[in-house]
Amino acid sequence: MKIINFLKSFLLLDFLKAFYLAQKYFFRKKATINYPFEKGKLSPRFRGEHALRRYPSGEERCIGCKLCEAVCPAQAITIETQPRDDGTRRTLRYDIDMVKCIYCGLCEESCPVDAIVQGPNFEFTTETRKELYYTKEKLLENGDRWETVIAENLEADAKYR
Amino acid sequence: MISLAQTYFIEVMTIILYCLLIFVPLLLGVVMALYADRKIWAAVQKRRGPNVVGPYGLFQVPADGLKFIFKEIILPDGSDKTVFLIAPIITLALSIAAWAVVPVQAGVVLANINVGILYIFAISSLGVYGILMAGWSSNSKYPFFGALRSAAQMVSYEVSIGFVIITVLLCVGSLNLTEIVMAQKTMWFFIPLFPMFIVFFISALAETNRPPFDLPEAESELVAGYQTEYSGMPFVLFMFGEYINILLMCAMTTILFLGGWLPPIDIYPLNAVPGFVWFLLKVTLVFYLFAMVKAFVPRYRYDQLMRLGWKVFLPLSLFAVVATSSILFFFNLAPGM
Repeated sequence: MKIINFLKSFLLLDFLKAFYLAQKYFFRKKATINYPFEKGKLSPRFRGEHALRRYPSGEERCIGCKLCEAVCPAQAITIETQPRDDGTRRTLRYDIDMVKCIYCGLCEESCPVDAIVQGPNFEFTTETRKELYYTKEKLLENGDRWETVIAENLEADAKYR
Repeated sequence: MISLAQTYFIEVMTIILYCLLIFVPLLLGVVMALYADRKIWAAVQKRRGPNVVGPYGLFQVPADGLKFIFKEIILPDGSDKTVFLIAPIITLALSIAAWAVVPVQAGVVLANINVGILYIFAISSLGVYGILMAGWSSNSKYPFFGALRSAAQMVSYEVSIGFVIITVLLCVGSLNLTEIVMAQKTMWFFIPLFPMFIVFFISALAETNRPPFDLPEAESELVAGYQTEYSGMPFVLFMFGEYINILLMCAMTTILFLGGWLPPIDIYPLNAVPGFVWFLLKVTLVFYLFAMVKAFVPRYRYDQLMRLGWKVFLPLSLFAVVATSSILFFFNLAPGM
């Protein structure tokens, strides 16, 4: 046994085998994708950048119930509300501190009117910290931009909720 | 009439031109080597490697270089600043200097001195000084340990490299690199001296601090070894020095064992190809092996490294010297006898 092991190491058999294996993998299909040009598939449940949705009429969905603010484990959400002239309650402020946010999805789950959602966008890096303090305007704009995809995703995931 | 000053000027200019003729292709070679290194490593791990900057990511290395040039050169507070800055210059200068005697084709060599191999051996031994100075002058523990390891490693593997070179020299009868290549006209030395070829290759890996012997730079233990405190341009100099050394070792393997610029078979379409093309192809092949080894061999432990150097390679190469010389002597094959 000792002699066999000696010969094995002396003739570099393990290294030849490893070289063959490495050479085999050298020509294999790549496991990684060409990221910025080619993107992986995302689940409909993906929890990315937040967005505030609107009804088809253009009316904002959020009724200022503050459930999301209450449930947020990172306390990243700040809401101020006031009744509007027509008697409905709407938010004055709806701020999300994207730096604090842990992207747990509890806000989306707690929302009774599907107003706050986490969309499929995950490429929202900024050059300053300030830009990551999202305001209501920014969130509504996100909602307008991603509405089609968000609606599709909610539809696809609805039967599991 | 041409005055003395003019002749002197012309002579100096020719030398500078020759130096540039070595330096520029060498820098290009380093850039390609760095790129190839990353690409091969990536391919083995089923990754893509650099592919965004320029076509196929070819400009990634120049882009990285440019980035380093604009970075701040940080001089650590407790460091010996003069030595700290001289160390990378020494490393780079020595690694380039060694290339002066490397023949890329019959007659195409800057200095065709008849002790070429001794010169290369001497210069590459001096390379330890750059690393030692870097480690010592950084005045920090990781660079210091990295430098100690590196010095010990390079010194121990130089011994077996020396003996391997002696076996080759016994078969050639000359220290001139051009003559070493010409002596392989009938048969490349890696066939009769195959075990020595392997020993030389592995020692070359250790000599240039390449994986699996990259203990001086083992990230898990020593951060980045002797380069830890370096940044910006001095770091680039180290990097270039290191890769020029690797290319030198590839060229040495080519010259000593793979027949330098000689074609594989001396027949018409093959020997019509200019010699430096064969030389480049062979160097590329050896570098490919260097890069592949990096991809599939795990790093050695330090005591294993020393054991391999002193208890396996040294006796083996010593035995090879004795065996080769005995065979050459008893069969009257030794050149120049």
